[in-house]
Amino acid sequence: MKRVQAFMRQHPWSWSFLAAFTTWAVTAAYISGTGGLALASTALSFSTFFVMVGIGQMFVITLGPGNVDLSIPSTITLSAVVSMMVMDGSNTLIVLGVLAAVGVGLLVGLFNYSLIRVLSIPPIIATMSSSFLVQSSAIALGRGVKIKPPLALEWISTAKILGVPILALLVIAFAIGMAVVLNRTIYGRSVTAFGQNTRAAKLAGVPIERIRYLTYTLSAVLAAVCGVFLAGFSGGSSLNMGEEYLLASIAVVVIGGSSIAGGNSNVPGIFGSALFLFLLVAMLNTFGAAAGLRLILTGLIIVGVVTFAGGRKESR
Amino acid sequence: MNGLQFFTSARFWRGALPALSLTFVLLGVFWLQPRAMSYFGLNLLFNLAVPIALATIAQMFVIAVNDLDLSIGSFVSLVACIGATWLHDTPLLGIAALLGCVAAYAAMGALIYIRQLPSIVVTLGMSFVWSGCAVLLLPTPGGSAPDWIRALVTFKPPYIPMPILAAVVLALVVHFALMRTSWGVLMRGVGGNERAITRAGWSVLKLKMTMYAMTAVFGILAGLTLVGLATSADANIALRYTLLSIAGVILGGGEFVGGRISPVGAVLGAMTLTLTASFLSFLRISPDWQIGAQGAVLIIVLALRAIVNRMEARR
Amino acid sequence: MTTETVSPLISLAGIQKVFGAVQALSGVGLEIHAGECLGLVGHNGAGKSTLMNILAGTLEASDGALTVSGKSLGKGYSVQDAGNLGIRCVFQELSLCPNLSVAENTRIIHPVLKGFAWRKRAAALIMDQLERIFPGHGISPVDIIGDLSISKRQMVEIARAFTVTETNLGLVILDEPTSSLDARVANQLLDYIEKITASGTSVVLISHLLGEILQVSDKIAVMKDGRVVAFREASEFDRSRLVEAMGSTLAAGVAPRRDVQSAQAIGDERIHMRPSGQPDDQTIRAQAGEVIGFAGLAGQGQTEALLEIFEGHGVLPSGRGGNDCCFVAGDRQVDGVLPLWSIRKNIGIASLRRLRSGALIRNEREQELAEAWKDRIGIRAPNVEAPILSLSGGNQQKVLFARALGSASNIVLMDDPMRGVDIGTKNEVYAIIRQEASQGRTFLWYTTEMEELDYCDRVYVFRDGVVSETLVGSDITEENLLQASFKQVSGAA
Repeated sequence: MKRVQAFMRQHPWSWSFLAAFTTWAVTAAYISGTGGLALASTALSFSTFFVMVGIGQMFVITLGPGNVDLSIPSTITLSAVVSMMVMDGSNTLIVLGVLAAVGVGLLVGLFNYSLIRVLSIPPIIATMSSSFLVQSSAIALGRGVKIKPPLALEWISTAKILGVPILALLVIAFAIGMAVVLNRTIYGRSVTAFGQNTRAAKLAGVPIERIRYLTYTLSAVLAAVCGVFLAGFSGGSSLNMGEEYLLASIAVVVIGGSSIAGGNSNVPGIFGSALFLFLLVAMLNTFGAAAGLRLILTGLIIVGVVTFAGGRKESR
Repeated sequence: MNGLQFFTSARFWRGALPALSLTFVLLGVFWLQPRAMSYFGLNLLFNLAVPIALATIAQMFVIAVNDLDLSIGSFVSLVACIGATWLHDTPLLGIAALLGCVAAYAAMGALIYIRQLPSIVVTLGMSFVWSGCAVLLLPTPGGSAPDWIRALVTFKPPYIPMPILAAVVLALVVHFALMRTSWGVLMRGVGGNERAITRAGWSVLKLKMTMYAMTAVFGILAGLTLVGLATSADANIALRYTLLSIAGVILGGGEFVGGRISPVGAVLGAMTLTLTASFLSFLRISPDWQIGAQGAVLIIVLALRAIVNRMEARR
Repeated sequence: MTTETVSPLISLAGIQKVFGAVQALSGVGLEIHAGECLGLVGHNGAGKSTLMNILAGTLEASDGALTVSGKSLGKGYSVQDAGNLGIRCVFQELSLCPNLSVAENTRIIHPVLKGFAWRKRAAALIMDQLERIFPGHGISPVDIIGDLSISKRQMVEIARAFTVTETNLGLVILDEPTSSLDARVANQLLDYIEKITASGTSVVLISHLLGEILQVSDKIAVMKDGRVVAFREASEFDRSRLVEAMGSTLAAGVAPRRDVQSAQAIGDERIHMRPSGQPDDQTIRAQAGEVIGFAGLAGQGQTEALLEIFEGHGVLPSGRGGNDCCFVAGDRQVDGVLPLWSIRKNIGIASLRRLRSGALIRNEREQELAEAWKDRIGIRAPNVEAPILSLSGGNQQKVLFARALGSASNIVLMDDPMRGVDIGTKNEVYAIIRQEASQGRTFLWYTTEMEELDYCDRVYVFRDGVVSETLVGSDITEENLLQASFKQVSGAA
């Protein structure tokens, strides 16, 4: 028992998996039969999208106080709209569409970074301002056009092997890769140093500006890729498809045990908390709770988790 | 510093920027649509600016103490829902609920300060809570605003249109409270140098709780004004206010950290943002670009401010 | 001016303060009488500021007794209590709100300044005091602090500490008040201290300028390693006795500077830069194997010059940019330590490129590097996986040295890195610096401690952001240094 406790203290992400598993078990027991497995499969499907944007947001948040990417939702929407238009429902144009989406991500990332750098304004204001522009572009481009995604894209976004979504497998592989990037590469170390003490990192030779640029671009590109698959998953783009990802992308990072004060993050927790957030809603649905109650509980859990995990305690 | 120096100083330009931006956009509107230059025209142009200005002032109280409220939009929505239901049907319950909201905000400020939590995340979580309450209260759009609020917001004073009058009164009252009173000095001091305030023996906890409570008070005013103008409410009625209010404060010359805020500027900033939307419609540009134009105005003003700051640094 | 027969205004006995593993104060006893100016001197890290923070109520003593006007004040002594007893403190780092005006900042320490016309009263109060201490100050009550120069801010803060509303003024603590004042203004302050003590208010003056201390103090206390090692009438001290009491950090008879012969065996030129705004043609040069000192009063642009070089300015050959420099921070918590990491990662961060194979960092190579430096520089920790914050200040500083010296950089920039470090650690590090220099590394060393300049081949003295004097070899003496520290560089070119 002691060893379990020690493990959980050392690995803050384990809480999110425990919470996800508990909610799943309670719900599965309630619905009984094979419903539990189906629920797990659905949870995997939906949580992959949270994970994709969550990882990008996590790298941004790792950069330390004030670093949050508020342009994720609008980037998701714009990239979905653009990629659907480029693909135009044709399988042969998928690669081009994905490239276009990545291009959107690169542009948004560059724009965010330039605002932060040139105007020397806090990242939260910069990403907020650019989200206004990005969202507007998405609305202007996407209004009234509803293009179905190519079949192949729809297939890869929704198909399952033995109940396990293919996309989830891809995202798990990707997440493992990003965990290695975070912990074992120069970039990952630099991001973590940046978030602990930017000045100290700079004086230790970390190329601060390059790291900041790469990180905001990474976040935007991941949001853009998420937009493509989300459009494939839900049968096309819609203008409010990114909306819930603003809060969700931050919530999965925080619930996953990454420090909101920066400098200390982990990838597994993103997965655990994405599953947990979905399963929580599923559980409340199963129990017939009203929509309002679901929202309230989600909110209280986020506040509870940060209160419990605490802020940066050193007095400086 | 003599007069001429003052007019070329960075401080002057920083302060003048919000007023200049509003004038610029307003002139644009008048040029495109001269008929807007009337009592009714102005009424129409600025009607919706009043709740936004109130929400912006609410946001400003939090920004003054170096925090950020990402829940103000859903909070204003909740207040609008309370206004359109309980306040209309059972006024006492409505008033109690609103007082409860103020207490909840003060408690949120206390939690953030005592546990040294990032306000972004806490308010983000609370935005779910406010939205949830609003949905429970008003699952589908509807309800109706109390008559006294309707009467108040549609009141037509002689000569000066109501929204202009309201904006001026709002700006002056908050300016007086925050910038002129000895109490306001302490509040802004918390944003400037929390340690200095602690060392002088004041309780930063109490000051922060007060600021959060003030945010709630102005959020409530915003919600009630909004429901008065819209006559009914829904749970998502003001979600856009979160970002708009932050943009308004920044546009009005407020700094994100350091307690440098300007109530007059914040009100001007909110009006500029509202007017930008109308400006587009006069240009016959699709309303799709409304948010984009607001973003562009924000970026332009921030760019101008960066130039002013750099001018100052060079000296 | 001292009144021996009367019981003291303030007496401290056995005051202890522990920060984590560090004993900052170990049993300090002091007495301050009414109307007395107490000079407090000691090397950096001797515990002066900590002691004054305890007196001002901003830190709580771990142990010991504090008595003010005969009243014993135990646990829970707070800033409010200090305020009510008339104890004020001008801290080393400014305690003004930069976003507020001069008058508004005055209101913050005076709860009675409220209600009708408080702004007028606050303005009158602070202006009157500024006029009394610093005639001709040129500050207006509506000036925003953030817009004022550092020295004017300091003047405002000092004047504010002397303003009186309801409680009378018992004691004013001035912690390095003259650090950013020019000589004329500093003298105005010293004159005022003499005046105010004559009228019954006590002053504690902390300064590294021994002349100031000797000029105005009635009594002088010397602190060393968290204790008061001498506490006597000022008349019993002169400069050399003070220096002796503070304890030179050098063992007598050791000549750390290299002799002239080896000085000639120096390699290529590595740095040649001219500080921006340098009015004459003095430039900063450094060759391979040299230890170069940056001296002068604190905050005269030495750190800025180091940062400029770190950015690659003036580094030769010019194509290499700042990649060849590493930095050892003096303000550990702000500029150096990555607080969430282990010793290993803190050392490895400056050498990541060499620790890779392929794209991945090899943890075992990083561990080897960290272990090697842990042994060489003597970091006292169980192993390199220990969190850096579990170490004492001196050992944290050694980790920062290990980070820099373990990197491949040829130029080591040191920003007064021995602040608050114990003597044992210092001597260990000095030896390693000399050794590394003899192997061809270049050191640029900003220091506020005279003794450390003995290790330097050449010293650039800074004043107002530019080099006022270059001292070489045997010219590096305390007299020359002090003279150069106050020298105004005029635009010869």
